[in-house]
Amino acid sequence: MFVRTQRDNFESKVVTPGQVITADTQYMRGHGTYLNEEESSHISSVAGVVERVNKLITVRPLHTRYTGNIGDLVIGRITEVTNKRWKVDINSRQDAVLLLSAINLPGGVQRRKTEADELQMRKFFAEGDLLAAEFQGSFNDGSTSLHTRNLKYGKLRNGSLIVVPPALVQRCKTHFHTLSCGVDVTLGLNGYIWVSKHSSKNLDELDPEAIYSNDNEPVDRSTRETIARVCNCINALSRHFMCITDTIIAYAYEASLKYPVKDLLKLEAMEFVTTEVRHKLSVVRSIY
Amino acid sequence: MCIITVLLILISLMDGRRANELRKIKCKPSVLSQADGSAYIEQGNTKCLAAVYGPRETRQKAQLIHNKANINVEISLAPFSMPQERKKRSKSDRRLLEIASAVKQTFEPIIMTNLFARSQIDIYLQILQFDGGTIQICINAATLALIDAGIPMQEYVCACSAGCHENHTLLDLNNAEEMADTPELTVALLPMSGKLTLLQMDSRLHVDKLEPVMNLAALGCKEIYQTLDETVREYVKDLFQKSSPY
Repeated sequence: MFVRTQRDNFESKVVTPGQVITADTQYMRGHGTYLNEEESSHISSVAGVVERVNKLITVRPLHTRYTGNIGDLVIGRITEVTNKRWKVDINSRQDAVLLLSAINLPGGVQRRKTEADELQMRKFFAEGDLLAAEFQGSFNDGSTSLHTRNLKYGKLRNGSLIVVPPALVQRCKTHFHTLSCGVDVTLGLNGYIWVSKHSSKNLDELDPEAIYSNDNEPVDRSTRETIARVCNCINALSRHFMCITDTIIAYAYEASLKYPVKDLLKLEAMEFVTTEVRHKLSVVRSIY
Repeated sequence: MCIITVLLILISLMDGRRANELRKIKCKPSVLSQADGSAYIEQGNTKCLAAVYGPRETRQKAQLIHNKANINVEISLAPFSMPQERKKRSKSDRRLLEIASAVKQTFEPIIMTNLFARSQIDIYLQILQFDGGTIQICINAATLALIDAGIPMQEYVCACSAGCHENHTLLDLNNAEEMADTPELTVALLPMSGKLTLLQMDSRLHVDKLEPVMNLAALGCKEIYQTLDETVREYVKDLFQKSSPY
């Protein structure tokens, strides 16, 4: 392990563009930093918090677009259908690419793509469709690719999308959650969150034709209200720049029951919900 | 004492500041929820709102640059921004286009565009109230909005103007002072390294006066930097505290 030669006094320090982080040249330059012309000191290029992993120094800005990491779950929207691929908006610096060969075609995992599939690509995903996908990798020219080769991923239906700053969604073991109030929440690491009606179907018994269907199932009024309430809770959390996890959403949901759904858009209701969540989190922390 | 001098003294009295004093600055980052980064700045009675979108997919393929990001700046002047005349200016107003291209040229070498190949960064600036110093406030607002958007740049860019009237150097001219035929020098610089990125003057100034005027403007820039930096630090600290899970 890296031996500290001097006390690191820069970790979790707030820095702004142009500020010298350290004049120690043994460190490596990470994202959000650059070396000055004499290559003698590390300078921050963004406003954020300094992080150090062994010898690598990075500065993490808190309010920024999504930068992909392999294996991340993201939620995206199709912007373009082109030759053998889709362009997907994932709130990143460029639209990601979803290749026709990187999706599960109806009729079994083992099926290969044919020319007929190329001609009817819009049957699978058309412009404006939402989908959950996994971040597959990035290339030299800065473009990125996605895949949906798992029945967990694919087209999103029966719900509502909400956009939050990507920094608020933390990387977890799973990003598919079913809340106790009976709705499913998919937390995309790119800050797109999908709140939908609970689907009780087992992944194995899913109808292969139905995965690319554009029709919503019937959603009853109380479920719609619950979805709207969860969306408003997430919106309140993001307005107050609080982390978003399944437990925090559940706390916010509990606290929000005092108000009717539409009142949650008011500032004082948001304030109340977030203070309740903070209070609850501090209580939970004091127990452990 | 000529009429203009008397006028200038009266104006500074109205303004209530000394010749080497900046107008009052108020700034706030992240005022818009939809933009990736945004900022609102007031310098005296000039008010400006900046919104930054990106880096994002290029909207027009012709603008795509294969090894770096394309920066796009648009400036608009609200129809109610001047008290004397209420008129709608088109976005293709020659004067505004000129300022937009100056802002673009100021930021191009400072933003690390090589990190965002084939992307586009849009900067939209709107002057809500006009009282002189358009270009300065546009640059200061754009700096703050770019920092809010988390776009890597070498350091802050701060802009300030200074002028000279009858052997007196004046800092940060307002509209009335600009109108009084004062030679005005606009300076944008990187306050830490002291590098210049913009130097603009539309009228004639005696060469002996150039140095004191430029030094004064540079001092003004550094003072603006202090204000912006304090605001950004406070803002980032606040976000960091709020977002830490427990």
